[in-house]
Amino acid sequence: MKNKSSSPKEPLVHLTKRMDISPLCALGVRVLAFLFGMIICGLVAFLLIERLNDNPERIGEFYQCFIKGPFSTRRKLWKFLKNSAVLLCIALALAPAFRMRFWNTGAEGQTLVGVLGAIAVNFYLGGKIPEWQLLVLMLFASLLCGAIWAIIPAVFKAKWGTNETLFTLMMNYVATYLVSYFLVVWVPNGSSSLGKLSHGKLPSFYHDYLLIILIVLGLTILLHIYLTHSKHGYEISVVGESENTARYVGINVNRVIIRTMLLSGLLCGLAGYLIGAGLDQSITPNSVGGQGFTAIMVAWMAKFNPFAMVITSSLISALGQGAEQISQDFNVSGAFPDVIIGIVLFFIIASEFFINYEIHFHKRHNMAKEVLKG
Amino acid sequence: MNVWLNFLVDSLAFGATFIYGSTGEIITEKSGHLNLGIPGIMCMGGAGGCYMLNLIGQSNIHPALIVLFGICASFTAAALMGLIYGFLTITMRANQNVTGLALTTFGAGLMKVIMSKLDATVYLVGPRMMFRWPFAHRQDALQTLGVMFFLAIVLAIGASWVLYRTKVGLQLRAVGENPATADAVGINVTKYKYVATSVGAGIAGLGGFYYIIDYMASQEAYLSLESLGWLSIALVIFVLWRPHMTIIGSTVFGFLFSCSSYIANIEGITVTMAAKPLLKMLPYVVTIIVLIISSIRNKRENQPPASLGLPYFREER
Repeated sequence: MKNKSSSPKEPLVHLTKRMDISPLCALGVRVLAFLFGMIICGLVAFLLIERLNDNPERIGEFYQCFIKGPFSTRRKLWKFLKNSAVLLCIALALAPAFRMRFWNTGAEGQTLVGVLGAIAVNFYLGGKIPEWQLLVLMLFASLLCGAIWAIIPAVFKAKWGTNETLFTLMMNYVATYLVSYFLVVWVPNGSSSLGKLSHGKLPSFYHDYLLIILIVLGLTILLHIYLTHSKHGYEISVVGESENTARYVGINVNRVIIRTMLLSGLLCGLAGYLIGAGLDQSITPNSVGGQGFTAIMVAWMAKFNPFAMVITSSLISALGQGAEQISQDFNVSGAFPDVIIGIVLFFIIASEFFINYEIHFHKRHNMAKEVLKG
Repeated sequence: MNVWLNFLVDSLAFGATFIYGSTGEIITEKSGHLNLGIPGIMCMGGAGGCYMLNLIGQSNIHPALIVLFGICASFTAAALMGLIYGFLTITMRANQNVTGLALTTFGAGLMKVIMSKLDATVYLVGPRMMFRWPFAHRQDALQTLGVMFFLAIVLAIGASWVLYRTKVGLQLRAVGENPATADAVGINVTKYKYVATSVGAGIAGLGGFYYIIDYMASQEAYLSLESLGWLSIALVIFVLWRPHMTIIGSTVFGFLFSCSSYIANIEGITVTMAAKPLLKMLPYVVTIIVLIISSIRNKRENQPPASLGLPYFREER
């Protein structure tokens, strides 16, 4: 017995799940991880940016860009708010599905068909019916398209357990090429780029982006109430925790899956509507621009809590805009923001480990005594 | 050469990109890890190889060694990305989807930054002929069947053999199906998972390198690489997790993806502009149909590994 406990195979550390970490402590770990990530970003920047490598004293300027990019002028500030709002809207759409542990990786496609629905109605009916009717019809089309795109994988998941991660992922690309198809049909001259349509623009007051931002903020509050103070929200949590438990207490799991994905798709469709009717009045296969994927990370970092998503979506869009500023000021490739966001995400992802698990370092002798006592 | 034969060879050559990507992803998935970072990993594989060629492309080293160094650098860069993924999902038990997506964002971005700094006359113009050996001087589609094409075939068949015919493969599949049981019979789960994610990523990375340096052999090729990574993940489902089948599956995908540009050259068939995007959509639609059918038939050997996407925590019951 004694020999066994002191054998070299004894693990140095062991982990236990933490149940009761204080929110303040969890926040501290995340902030620390974020700061570490930013330091590493600086080091990577030295490797990638010649201008910084030649003049190391410009590192201060490098970090200032993260403030300068999103906040230095009114125009940049509005752009930052708009980007955060769109990202937040897609992340909100994902939250119910993720709480149910339904890994909807198809937000990109669901949002894109939402844009497509709005633009299709606008393209065929724009100018032929009153503007307010057009906007309402566009909204319905967006919601319908988003819902269809989400419902298809949900039905198969509920009926046959088809892997939803892979299914929704593939639906993204079907959506992309569907948009390419319609662009070829609508713009027969071969350029396949649809100009800005003259109708179907959401009314703007005070500023073009204000309405969108307010809609998304309202949605955040509604979704919070739905998820935490309604029977539906409770059912979603139970199904997410354990499908068997849910069945045992009499929840119709299939119905919850389909209903929740319907909601997810509707909200993605709404995000598409905000992009199509509120911002672009046009569409390209890249209209959503990868925000459907970024939103997955935004939702996950916030632990699917709508209010926390306001913070994470602002963080990501501020980082992106700051890094864009760096691309301009230091003359590096426009892909540099992706590198920065990637690095920071790695650190935040890793920090979850210290929040979820407690690390116990073994002191060999004590351990042996405990084993003998036990 | 006959138009149809030319088309077939071109599909094969194009498909080799997916053979690498899917074989790598299958090895990773067999250990129970769904790596959505494959597009980023393929990008970094391409960037790593090209970076090495940028250093040695115009030196007097023997061409075979240049090819070898390029392949090794590509594999290493991609395997390092796999190691990041492995560290986060295996040791840190992070969510695999989120980690994978972060890896794709990071990898695709970093590749674009690196590639924009390299000199195409050094890494591409000379070395591409070496990579296209032995058909480098042909004028038809055969010219793209180079060293790395044959390496792809060998790797795909080799991966199938290891997975389904050896003890190592059996143990790896056991880890992916049920890590707790595998752990109980004394398999080192962590080691298997680490090796599978890094080797899988390394192999996938070669696909990106092949696409840039051999199949496309152009300095803009890297811009279209990311979308091919997603198609590689689709192909994994299409071939039902069997690496050797990727050779056929990837040809079908290559065929569907590039047929819109070929069919226009064949007499008697007219294809409208509008049909092109629909043809390109087909690989994804077919993949969805395969996914649905295999889940409805519910045959055990056609399913994704049972613990795919779930972290393994030994102390959890």
